Amino acid sequence: MSIVVKNLNFSYGNRKIIEDVSFTAEEGELLVILGPNGVGKSTLFQCILGLLPGYTGTITVNGDNARNIGIRELARRMAYIPQIHSPVFNYTVFDIVLMGTASQISEIGIPGKEHIRLAEEAIERLEIGHLRDRAYTQISGGERQLVMIARALAQKAKILVMDEPTSNLDYGNQIRILSHIKSLVKQGYTIIQSSHNPDQAFLFSDKVLALLEGRVLAYGSPKDVISGDVIKQLYSIDVEVENLHNGKVRIFLPSALVNH
Amino acid sequence: MANHQPTYKNRLIILSLGIVLIVTIIVSFLLGRYPIAPSELIGMILSKVFHIEPYWTETMEAVLFNIRLPRIMLACLVGCSLSTAGASYQGIFQNPMASPDILGASAGAAFGAALAILRSGSSTMITMSAFIFSLLTVAIVYIISKKAKGSKLLGLVLSGIMVSSLFSAGTSYIKLVADPTDQLPAITYWMMGSLSGAKLREVGFAVIPMALGLIPLFLLRWRINILTLGDDEARTMGINAKRLRFIVIICATLVTATSVSVSGMIGWVGLVIPHLARRLVGSNYRHLMPATMLFGAIFMLIVDNISRNLLSTEIPLGILTAFVGAPFFLYLITKKGEVH
Repeated sequence: MSIVVKNLNFSYGNRKIIEDVSFTAEEGELLVILGPNGVGKSTLFQCILGLLPGYTGTITVNGDNARNIGIRELARRMAYIPQIHSPVFNYTVFDIVLMGTASQISEIGIPGKEHIRLAEEAIERLEIGHLRDRAYTQISGGERQLVMIARALAQKAKILVMDEPTSNLDYGNQIRILSHIKSLVKQGYTIIQSSHNPDQAFLFSDKVLALLEGRVLAYGSPKDVISGDVIKQLYSIDVEVENLHNGKVRIFLPSALVNH
Repeated sequence: MANHQPTYKNRLIILSLGIVLIVTIIVSFLLGRYPIAPSELIGMILSKVFHIEPYWTETMEAVLFNIRLPRIMLACLVGCSLSTAGASYQGIFQNPMASPDILGASAGAAFGAALAILRSGSSTMITMSAFIFSLLTVAIVYIISKKAKGSKLLGLVLSGIMVSSLFSAGTSYIKLVADPTDQLPAITYWMMGSLSGAKLREVGFAVIPMALGLIPLFLLRWRINILTLGDDEARTMGINAKRLRFIVIICATLVTATSVSVSGMIGWVGLVIPHLARRLVGSNYRHLMPATMLFGAIFMLIVDNISRNLLSTEIPLGILTAFVGAPFFLYLITKKGEVH
């Protein structure tokens, strides 16, 4: 499944939040959206997910205009993995993952064997079987993120939209989440995720979209987009660039910290 | 824990609640100032189907079918309705403090009922008026709480209290201008909450709107889970959150308004019972909803038995439920953890 965004614009009243944004994420591609806070990443996600219908431009999900896809059908194509949150009520991990199957259950139905199987499978794939009957509010942030990914898999959607999946996680959990994301991309999932970490984005993304003040600052392969120049403009800091490991790894050394 | 054990355990709990309800109903038939023995109860019930020579008095039969039966049925329906409405409100407002009383649904319904009595409305008009004002109050409270700054939990509770007090003041005014010979006693009866004098006709009248509200709430129970995650997330999971919330509000308010119009203001049940049921079967509405329905009916039946048997004069239900509810509310707000 692919997603194509063309000339997307969105404003709140007179304030333009998104201006002329275009990009494509093909099947089996990982697109990372980089940009400072408040640059319109969340708004962009909300437009893509069908939560803000007031945009202009077109969003095409697997060949169909997103405006013509019903809520249910859209959910079968695209799943959202929110930042770590805590629900008001105390559900078990299994309950939460099972909720992912909602778009396949009739309006007044409850999950049947098939949906339970989907949830079990998703839990297996993310290797969180030991958490199955634990309370979602009582597991760690990294574990919750895995549960959210499992829920998206149970949703059977092939496009996954992730809002900073590694924020607020310790280093080990960041790597664990990223390697799960990487393996999902290999299995043919299309993933769009926002990130605050250019080094990480360089390491594992297929495409990068750099957003600044609602506009596309740069778009393309990580080698082209994630340059010293772009980082300087995006975050208004001076950086030095080092390429390591035959150019597989690129790190940015903030001048303010290095040249002391 | 082994796989599927929670589901299995919960089914067992719901089944047990069903059995407890049946036992409570049978005991309720026997309790009262006019004693009826179990053998007589069985005989009278069976005589409706088979031909049995009566070994009981006619008064006994009248007490059983004209007084106790409608009252027991009404207690079950009202308890079930108020608790189910509470559980539903808690889910769709993502707020464990929500309940028909907190949201102003009860105060609004009482105002509507009082207004209809003042205009000498029929019982249909009383229910309609109770329903419309109940819905109006919930809408006002919800809109204000959305605009309130700070804690969402507190915003909903506070705006509920404020709007409720506004409608209560309106009700007080109606009482002031009401005809003291017939209208005022009727309104006062509403305010205190009681099931005494329940007739089969009233039960029949309440059953339809209650069923119209309770059945959809039961059928939608699993989807309510997803609304507790918030509108945006629910939508990305394929749920039309606005529409679902609207349906749930209409149904929950309909059953609340119907309860208030047949039994008056019976507070706290809608807050306390869902929490107790959550203790038993967990937060998943798939099991929480049936458990709440049964638990609510059992609770109201027991409270009504106390109301009519404890003292020689009847104790209004609203007073008894407040004795249970108010301490429980204090416990809820002081306890940390689960509420967050």
